[in-house]
Amino acid sequence: MRVEEHPILGKLQKAPAVEIEVDGQVIQARAGEPIAAALLAAGKHIFRYTRKDHQPRGVFCAIGQCTDCMMIVDGVPNVRTCVTPVKPGMKIQTQHGLGKLRSTSVEKD
Amino acid sequence: MRKTEFAIVGAGPAGLSAAIEAARAGVKVVLADENQRPGGQLFKQIHKFFGSEAHHAGARGIDIGTMLLQQVSQQKNVEIMLDSVVWGIFRANPGHTLGVIHNSKNIHLKARKVLLATGATENVLAFPGWTLAGVMGAGAIQTLVNVHRVLPGKRVLMVGSGNVGLIVSYQLLQAGAEVVAIVEALPKIGGYAVHASKVARTGVPILTSTTVKEVHGKGKVEKAVLVQIDENWQPLTGTERELEVDVVCLACGLSPLAELAWITGCKFTDVPELGGHVPIHNENMETTVSGIYVAGDLAGIEEASTAIEEGRLVGIAVAEALGYLAAGEAKDKKTEISNRAEQLREGPFGITRKQAKEQLIRRSLSE
Repeated sequence: MRVEEHPILGKLQKAPAVEIEVDGQVIQARAGEPIAAALLAAGKHIFRYTRKDHQPRGVFCAIGQCTDCMMIVDGVPNVRTCVTPVKPGMKIQTQHGLGKLRSTSVEKD
Repeated sequence: MRKTEFAIVGAGPAGLSAAIEAARAGVKVVLADENQRPGGQLFKQIHKFFGSEAHHAGARGIDIGTMLLQQVSQQKNVEIMLDSVVWGIFRANPGHTLGVIHNSKNIHLKARKVLLATGATENVLAFPGWTLAGVMGAGAIQTLVNVHRVLPGKRVLMVGSGNVGLIVSYQLLQAGAEVVAIVEALPKIGGYAVHASKVARTGVPILTSTTVKEVHGKGKVEKAVLVQIDENWQPLTGTERELEVDVVCLACGLSPLAELAWITGCKFTDVPELGGHVPIHNENMETTVSGIYVAGDLAGIEEASTAIEEGRLVGIAVAEALGYLAAGEAKDKKTEISNRAEQLREGPFGITRKQAKEQLIRRSLSE
């Protein structure tokens, strides 16, 4: 649910719409916002399931510290959705377990 | 390999203030932060700050953040590296080398002096169901609601009646959510009366000697069970009550975000008044590892206004150590800053922090 009106911060400023795909479903996000904010605004609260007990997890800290909100983003698992901004056409998937690591995701100096 | 004179980790109130002071004296600064924008947690603080005029009392955190960003943008000697995760610190001679991941690339950044201003992490409270989606930190709520303008739910249970719990409850009301209750395990409200009465006036019940027994829901929070506790923190059977809620917000304090200081080899000491294990530091905020400084919540959980003063103090100390400020001039500036920081450590809450800080500095002398 978006906070459209706010007594201190005023009206929610217009932002260009960005379409992202979440588990095959297209949702509208606001340009620049993190994936997690867009998902919560769209009513999605469960972001992943844990490896051993398949327990659901959602957003906990929202500032990139706790890693509870990790999902698969454009094929890359374990992406912290609360600190990763949306991009047009981004494909996001609910993550089950740890996901598969790609060989290199960080280049060397 | 990149080189600078002064590397700062964390672009919150402490890091920004250190960068501004050091750069004003002529020091070349690189300020690294893992976020997409600088300002740390200031931009979610939409309430007015306390303190004197010199501490921007009456100004909101967002305004102070805007002011600091404006001041830092005027400093040509400061480069801000965003989207930059500092993952390690290695000794170099002289100084230290930071391992930084920026734009998915690993960079080595060498600096003569380093400030760790990494801030804090939220404490959790573990009860059955605490891992369900919808149980989140008070800071998370502030970020989502005040920065991203998203309400993660409609009916909120607030756990903790310290200033954060009270302020965030009010901010939830401002955003249009319902705060069903605030629970406090202690027999009395933890935060300032001014914040408590503001929330209580709106009709939100503040239940003392009460805690969360468990939270239920199918994947997501649907119901919380509260229970009263006695003076020995034992639940009183038969006092359970259920509340229909979709968010449980934990405002149970903060702990210093200390990993980088740990791996750097800084000596720590446990100071409960300052939020737990904090790096031992001297009056210049320098740790037991020469050339590594700390400021803000990492140096002890306090407030944004104290973080600003500590950051400024480090900025001056580093400028002096690098030869940009003469000893006399630096001393005057440091005294002025320390006096202002002292003013922030008054009253029943401040005095324990003041004593704890003084003890920490005395401890550094014996290290």
